[in-house]
Amino acid sequence: MSSRNEILKRVRAAQPTLIPMPADLTSTAAGDVHKFTEVLQGIGGRVVLMEPDEEVPQKLKELFPSANRVVSSIRSLEAFFLHDHAQLDHHSLEDVDIAVIEAQFGVAENGAVWVTEQDTIIRVLPFIAEHLVVLLDKASFVADMHQAYQRVAYDAYGFGVFIAGPSKTADIEQSLVLGAHGPKSMTILVRS
Amino acid sequence: MTVGLFLPCYVNQFYPQVGVASLELLEKLGCDVVYPLQQTCCGQPMANSGYEHLSSATDELFMRNFHEFDYIVSPSGSCALHIKHHLHGKDHEASAKVRASMYELTEFLTDVLKVEHLDAKFPHKVGLHQGCHGQRGLMLSQMSELVAKPFSKLEKLLGMVNGIELVDLDRKDECCGFGGTFCVMEEAVSAKMGKDRVSDHTRNGASFITGADMSCLMHLEGILKRQKSAVEVKHIAEILNAG
Amino acid sequence: MQSSRDNHSTLAERFNKDEARVSWHDQTLWWIRQKRDKAAWSLGEEWEGLRSQASQIKAHTLSNLSGYLEEFEANAIANGAIVHWAADAKEHNEIVHKILQDNKVTQLVKSKSMLTEECHLNPYLETHGIDVVDTDLGERIVQLANEAPSHIVLPCIHWKKEEIGELFHKHLATPAGNADPSFLTNAARIHLRDKFLTRRVAITGVNFAIAETGEFVVCTNEGNADMGAHLSDVHIACMGIEKLIPLRRHLGVFLRLLARSATGQPVTTYSSHFRKPRQGQQLHIVLVDNGRSQQLAKEDFRNSLKCIRCGACFNTCPVYRRSGGHSYHTAVAGPIGSILAPNLDMKQYADLPFASTLCGSCTNVCPVKIDIHDQLYKWRQVLTKEGYSPKTKTVAMKTMAATLSKPGLFSFAGKWARRIMRIAPWLVNNKMNPWYKQRNMPAAPKQSFTEWYKTNRNKDKK
Repeated sequence: MSSRNEILKRVRAAQPTLIPMPADLTSTAAGDVHKFTEVLQGIGGRVVLMEPDEEVPQKLKELFPSANRVVSSIRSLEAFFLHDHAQLDHHSLEDVDIAVIEAQFGVAENGAVWVTEQDTIIRVLPFIAEHLVVLLDKASFVADMHQAYQRVAYDAYGFGVFIAGPSKTADIEQSLVLGAHGPKSMTILVRS
Repeated sequence: MTVGLFLPCYVNQFYPQVGVASLELLEKLGCDVVYPLQQTCCGQPMANSGYEHLSSATDELFMRNFHEFDYIVSPSGSCALHIKHHLHGKDHEASAKVRASMYELTEFLTDVLKVEHLDAKFPHKVGLHQGCHGQRGLMLSQMSELVAKPFSKLEKLLGMVNGIELVDLDRKDECCGFGGTFCVMEEAVSAKMGKDRVSDHTRNGASFITGADMSCLMHLEGILKRQKSAVEVKHIAEILNAG
Repeated sequence: MQSSRDNHSTLAERFNKDEARVSWHDQTLWWIRQKRDKAAWSLGEEWEGLRSQASQIKAHTLSNLSGYLEEFEANAIANGAIVHWAADAKEHNEIVHKILQDNKVTQLVKSKSMLTEECHLNPYLETHGIDVVDTDLGERIVQLANEAPSHIVLPCIHWKKEEIGELFHKHLATPAGNADPSFLTNAARIHLRDKFLTRRVAITGVNFAIAETGEFVVCTNEGNADMGAHLSDVHIACMGIEKLIPLRRHLGVFLRLLARSATGQPVTTYSSHFRKPRQGQQLHIVLVDNGRSQQLAKEDFRNSLKCIRCGACFNTCPVYRRSGGHSYHTAVAGPIGSILAPNLDMKQYADLPFASTLCGSCTNVCPVKIDIHDQLYKWRQVLTKEGYSPKTKTVAMKTMAATLSKPGLFSFAGKWARRIMRIAPWLVNNKMNPWYKQRNMPAAPKQSFTEWYKTNRNKDKK
């Protein structure tokens, strides 16, 4: 505790006279799925538009025919839902082939989707799976990060994350490799 | 219009032809040019090395030589920038006036004389080296770091020269590595930077390398000569005055 | 690691022994600078406005840093985090060690944190018997090689894939001669996944901490911070006190700038917002001063605390690209490191502000508009006045100043220098003259301009 007060005292003595906070930057551009798709593809993700009569399980089978373990945090996906999530050792998700989650919205300028702990139930779920599938409504796109934070400015999440594409690294001679520690692919299923 | 001509110390000693070209060019454009004989140096070599406090005597000398002029012109972006930012004579008011009267040559030609036409001829392929102090310090041309509309006072002037062909460079505003005392204190990096600049110009077909700072060009020339290259350096004043 | 006596120019000269490698290093980083340019231009007119906005938010934050720190602490505690304060690197390391001891843990995973590099946490913990595994691929590579990162964003940018193949062959038993980046990355994935699944403590860095909410944001591409933190029982987040920003919505500004400036990506793959510990998890936040309050007090250098560690100034710096990160002999290299390090130790880092041509490119790529090259110039003045300049240089500078302030002496010296260069060029064209090593001297003309002017013009009225 002594360092706390000492640090604060030093900072208080060092900081200059108050400089005003600038007014927020705002944007009025509309977010759309086309720009989002283009950007996400550029960073290694893909967008799949679903027909109104298509079902998610069927679509998953089509996209990932050889997947063994598919789990989801979406209650309506009865067959994949993590019914035992309250008792589950999160480490046991280690062999999940596909995690299916729902995102709150997508950001057109950077291909990111916003997901909180409420959406994934288990925090590590979208990171630990081999492949990530994210459900998103066609109407749920904002143009940029300013609009994104307007939407979540006062949310009381415990954990929230913007996810933009598969896990990646270019640490070896700047060669891009998808699937560093997390998912090797990210698929957005857009429902109309 | 009376103009006080200030030459960098090393230009005076090693590249007198740049002084001659600057003088003749300004005279051609109708200026009455005065070269104060007692001038030496802007003081930058000391200041950039951390010895700004030793430059008060050169500051005073500069003040004595140039305080009367409404326009002080120098064929060096680096020296002009130093005077504009760091000249601090004992007489604060007079120093402020001198700082405000200081122009780099191409800046003076473009902004004050508003030159739109030149009677010059230089039928060669030329690579333009942007000296950093002129470019980023005096905004002689737009820098590639900013998301902003491109412009170049130097290119505009060179465009008025008959027969000249400017070559495109792979890195249009990378530092050459001269850097004042940096060129000897950090010899290895400085030389490598210079070699890389030279090869950008030569691989893109330049027969001449030009620029608004002879210090950069002296460094590049040193490398070209060591490589026994046929490519030559020419200060922009020499090209704008050629004909 | 290098001995602390070697200065930047000596280390850079060593790096330049292999010129082809320097060219490769330079081109790799320049390519990233070009990607950054493309990303910046993709936002068009917005870009420069974002830079100004970010700079102003940081200026405001620094002017009320004490208030924001208190607000952050109160909110973080309310969220269930445990907040620690460290005055310096030593206290930071002790706090982390104490948390490990309290939890009876001797192994941990760590994601990228330049602060822990600055504090030399790894060697400290290792001497106390703690096994630390860096999980960022680049950091793991340099850790296996027993080296420090050479770049704050691209830790092993100085390594070639063949060398990494060899390193992995030795440490991870990959087949000899395999240097395929995909293969090697996958080998690291398997190796590190085992660590994520078995280690109970995860250390992460912090990119931004939000006073308003008590949360902090960690940005990665690999997902290693999340794998570590979400699978751990104890999450320790270490941050410098300058990481604060006032409001959550300010993240919109900074996240738009960070990845575009760093690598040219529109945003990092993961921008993770940690507000509350996971149920049953401990969340510790260590707030570290380590010289920051001292830097804050220096008007000329205060703005360096705006830095968001994007590394854009490294990638654009023509000196960094050709001298390599280790030549800066400090955790944070490059132009920004050269204005931060002297604040911590003027004597040890007196060389760094001189490891620049003051070209100004750094200042103009900086997403928070830190006047880096002006601060380099100012540090040179401070270091010289404080007596950290070599004596020989002081003598030379005094001689130069004396010569240049006396026109008669100047023209006399100039005349003789030119004469000597003509008559006895070997006096300057030798290995005692660093200029001559790789460059020829300019030809020495018979006449100076002043002499020419006296004979050819008669206008001087003085």
